Amino acid sequence: AEAAELRERLRSVKHVVLVLSGKGGVGKSTFSALLAQGLAADEAKQVALLDIDICGPSIPKMMGLEGEQVHQSGSGWSPVYVEENLGVMSVGFLLSSPDDAVIWRGPKKNGLIKQFLRDVDWGEIDYLIVDTPPGTSDEHLSIVQYLSATRIDGAVIITTPQEVSLQDVRKEINFCHKVKLPIIGVVENMSGFVCPKCKNESQIFPPTTGGAEKMCQNLNVSLLGKVPLDPQIGRSCDKGQSFLSEAPDSPAASSYRNIIHRIQEYCDQHHFHEEKII
Amino acid sequence: LLSFLPEKNNLAGVRHILLVLSGKGGVGKSTISTELALSLRHSGKKVGILDVDLCGPSIPRMFRVQDNDVHQCDSGWVPVFVDQDKSISLMSIGFLLEKPDDAVVWRGPKKNALIKQFVGDVAWGDLDFLIVDTPPGTSDEHISTVEALRPYKPLGAILVTTPQAVSVGDVRRELTFCKKTGLQVLGIVENMSGFVCPHCSECTNIFSKGGGEELAKHAGVPFLGCVPLDPQLSQSLEEGRDFIQEFPKSSAFPALAHIAQQILDVTSQRSS
Repeated sequence: AEAAELRERLRSVKHVVLVLSGKGGVGKSTFSALLAQGLAADEAKQVALLDIDICGPSIPKMMGLEGEQVHQSGSGWSPVYVEENLGVMSVGFLLSSPDDAVIWRGPKKNGLIKQFLRDVDWGEIDYLIVDTPPGTSDEHLSIVQYLSATRIDGAVIITTPQEVSLQDVRKEINFCHKVKLPIIGVVENMSGFVCPKCKNESQIFPPTTGGAEKMCQNLNVSLLGKVPLDPQIGRSCDKGQSFLSEAPDSPAASSYRNIIHRIQEYCDQHHFHEEKII
Repeated sequence: LLSFLPEKNNLAGVRHILLVLSGKGGVGKSTISTELALSLRHSGKKVGILDVDLCGPSIPRMFRVQDNDVHQCDSGWVPVFVDQDKSISLMSIGFLLEKPDDAVVWRGPKKNALIKQFVGDVAWGDLDFLIVDTPPGTSDEHISTVEALRPYKPLGAILVTTPQAVSVGDVRRELTFCKKTGLQVLGIVENMSGFVCPHCSECTNIFSKGGGEELAKHAGVPFLGCVPLDPQLSQSLEEGRDFIQEFPKSSAFPALAHIAQQILDVTSQRSS
């Protein structure tokens, strides 16, 4: 009965993309926010961004929605809208103070994730982007389980170039294989830094074992792109503005746009393929 | 809250226990844990690191012992010694995995069971410091670790953040976790605080600046210092080298040494 409820609620979702990483702090939320904003630039598309990082919900701040609260109506919880065609849900909206800590064990986190899927009135959505916390635990198992009621197009996996990050990301790739989650591809974030003054490049997070490129070759997954470090990214996130709008001509913005385009293409092909089968 | 010491007490020889926490992922908890251990070792201390990040255990590689196995003895698991010196010992799920790329896909209860074992069943012997490196968040691992450590009266927690608001936002919640669980905050470290270009010395605040210091002021906890981004530090961690020994002139060294000194000061005050 529960599965049926979820299936009903998620019936009007065309594409689902999970943003994952084994490693923390590599830029999942940053990427999720930009992906959502990038897709919503097409006003004809309806985009939803769901933040299931229960302990460290970054999405409200990054989307400029800090302090917003969730409203209930007859049809369920209403997402918080950044634009008419871009709605957001996060535990951040349920907390009354920025100091509130969500100190919950797994089962309680799972319960909230289920509510996010079952009780939020998303409406008809073209893209549901799900931002996740780092790891391979309750949140990840639950989201894959609950979303089996619909179809997940795939996962975008974020990493930084160094082995300390890659060693966790390989685990995440194995997690995806284990739960039969298709992998759209890997994004290598924080890939080099060009000094604004002298224009020399530094590898602050050095790819000592070949970076994401080598890992993707070895594990037979796509490398969607590499994004360099850019101080403007962090600034935009902190201000709750879209980096793509704030610094559209930067190399990082260009990389992000290419990656978003590739993800869109993947989803479109996927949809087309499904229609063909029917 | 019942506070009793179990029969077998593998932590009896540990003088000080401190946790390294952050609400935020990827800010440098394992890095700070590692460098703190190395610095304390250079001050003549015996240090253990307990890595309770079960999904993303970073500590073994940071000491170049990622291929080591763990053995059992009468009193439990023998920690992995980093070198002949035996002055740094480690325990991590990383040592228990058959294949390093195996994902540990466990729900809370299974994680909690292992953490209890990690806290109670590792034969640490005599240590001056046991540093507990944690995953990001305020969930199963953190609740279980604090509960299991409570009878042993930990010294407190170091909280690590990067300067930007998105990170500080999560670390504020971690401060609340500490308050709620009665864990004293030894201080806040602002990591990845600025990058000095090795070619032209221009400083760029890639992840902003000052957020950690402001948070410490706002929360009334000690500020332990700013650690800059340092490619030599990243490289050192990749290769499992002793950064404190080998790169004393590198840009992150002064701040890391200073953090260790402040911890030593706290513990010597405690003793007197």
